[in-house]
Amino acid sequence: MNKELLEYTLRLGDNALILGQRLAEWCGHGPILEQDIALSNIALDHLGQARMLLNYAAEQQGEGFTEDKVAFFRDVFEYHNILLLELENGDWGKTICRQFLFDTFNYFLYTDLLQSKDETIKSIAQKAIKEISYHAQWSAEWLIRLGDGTEESHTRVQNSLNELWEWSGEMFTPDAIDEAMLEAGIGADLNSIKERWHAKVDQILAMAKLEKPAEQWMQSGGKQGDHTEYLGFVLAEMQHIPRMHPEANW
Amino acid sequence: MSTKDNWKIWEIFIRSRNGLSHKHVGSLHAPDAEMAIKNARDVYTRRSEGISIWVIPSDAVTASSPDESEPLFTPADDKVYRHPTFYEIPDEIGHM
Amino acid sequence: MTKEMNLEDRFQDYVDGENKVEPKHWMPEKYRKTLIRQISQHAHSEVVGMLPEANWITRAPSLRRKIALLAKVQDEAGHGLYLYSAAETLGADRQDLVADLLSGKAKYSSIFNYPTPTWADMGAIGWLVDGAAIANQVMLCRTSYGPYARAMVRICKEESFHQRQGYEITMTLAKGTPAQKKLAQDALNRWWWPSIMMFGPSDDNSPNSAQSMKWKIKRKSNDELRQEFIDKTVPQAEYLGLTIPDPDLKWNEETGHYNYGEINWEEFYNVIKGNGKCNKQRLEARNKAHDEGAWVREAANAYAEKQADRKKNETHAA
Repeated sequence: MNKELLEYTLRLGDNALILGQRLAEWCGHGPILEQDIALSNIALDHLGQARMLLNYAAEQQGEGFTEDKVAFFRDVFEYHNILLLELENGDWGKTICRQFLFDTFNYFLYTDLLQSKDETIKSIAQKAIKEISYHAQWSAEWLIRLGDGTEESHTRVQNSLNELWEWSGEMFTPDAIDEAMLEAGIGADLNSIKERWHAKVDQILAMAKLEKPAEQWMQSGGKQGDHTEYLGFVLAEMQHIPRMHPEANW
Repeated sequence: MSTKDNWKIWEIFIRSRNGLSHKHVGSLHAPDAEMAIKNARDVYTRRSEGISIWVIPSDAVTASSPDESEPLFTPADDKVYRHPTFYEIPDEIGHM
Repeated sequence: MTKEMNLEDRFQDYVDGENKVEPKHWMPEKYRKTLIRQISQHAHSEVVGMLPEANWITRAPSLRRKIALLAKVQDEAGHGLYLYSAAETLGADRQDLVADLLSGKAKYSSIFNYPTPTWADMGAIGWLVDGAAIANQVMLCRTSYGPYARAMVRICKEESFHQRQGYEITMTLAKGTPAQKKLAQDALNRWWWPSIMMFGPSDDNSPNSAQSMKWKIKRKSNDELRQEFIDKTVPQAEYLGLTIPDPDLKWNEETGHYNYGEINWEEFYNVIKGNGKCNKQRLEARNKAHDEGAWVREAANAYAEKQADRKKNETHAA
């Protein structure tokens, strides 16, 4: 078993799962039916990607592992999603803001993963890229509408952007695993993604009449399993039933 | 009732994979045309029903208006020549 | 005979001839009002009906179940939307209809005021509540008002996976560990009676039914639909080895139907009146979503206006 590949797969899978889980909280509570449906679609895309990736992670670990065992029987420190995605949804503006920051990153990441030398990751990327391109468009359009909407929407979304900014740096901070995967031709080059991301973010923020927050200290740790307090609650809610009946099928 | 947060209605037309013309599928609310298209994708093509979407503000649709009484009660039943069963085809030919 | 009465007779002839009524056709004012009330109640039910299931999406015990449940609840939002659209063809405004729901003036199906305390409730709702809903909806595919019938056709097509999803959940539990089986039986016990009450009061106590049947808005009576549902569901429960909580339930050779016990209508009317465990919770959730979404809806409108102005200025400048 390639430990680096496994952890890399889990990072991708956990990002999709935790974000899908967070977005699913909106279902039934969106600002209007049309948007309730839109956000549920995006949540479904992420959960679908999570299944493919966690299934791959299970395969790598061999017999006795399944996507559900991987999802439901790991503790906080064994989760490898970035911190941004485990934060609470907040209002619609904050959710849109988080989506925009992450979708833009995810778009460049999966564009690069289309060239991955790992056949499974490559084929997952081929399927996911269509969904992710749509997500990136959708959240950018919403950010523009909220940023250039009313005074209230502008203030709200600018505050959310300022609040979320410190969690955005983790996406581009490579560690030994990212480097090993880049070396192996499996992963993506985070430095190059960072440049493309900033260019796109600058462009959309200008259209949205929003100000880019100043350079600042960036939080990190999620990829390595060092999380905020939020993730424990996310997992408690998500995992409690299978853990209460560990021998059961669902 | 406040109208500031009331999105206008759009009529949605979808062309499916089978090459037929765009077909009216229903309506929805959206603030502008781009959003209407995105909403239509999410609402009316969740099961890959279509590959092309038209959105038209409902108030831009002009519908033919039946006279208060007549057209409603005289459907085009007398124009039987428009129906396939008006024409006789021998049984041997089979389904046409 | 006045012109109005004459029109009503001819309208009745038209409907009797199995013709569909369309938005611009003449229709009796009471037909229009009845439809707006019925379609909007139906829409409210879809939307409020999202809540008891949505609260289980984040807790679903497998990824496959999580995705299926989310897709299902999302469909319900879609169905609410189709139905509001159908009501809008009659000249109603969705925002007004929603306002009536939020203020508590409009009704929605009482079934959604029951709580969903365990995962097995997702099975029971899909199997029983959706099963009962489908019986009603299949009938409504042939309702006399065109836009309503078309919305129902689309809804029925999409609903077909909902009941199967629920039955599969219940089956997995019923064939699972003793603890799971108990969850399934317990959920059946809680949902059986509310489900068969979904068809509404019995025919002799249902004042609006006769006119609705005459106009072919409804095509079958409450009791007929209820009986159909029971006949279909009893063997499904037997297959699972679960017991329907009605000691009087018995096959009647003569009628070819199941006899069933007395329905507790007092409970039914109490839940309708707002005394269900979740009435307040459901309305609060809908109000919260609506209120907290106001600034979002406003912002999107404001942006659309600005864009339209900008376009106008561009063309003027050019």
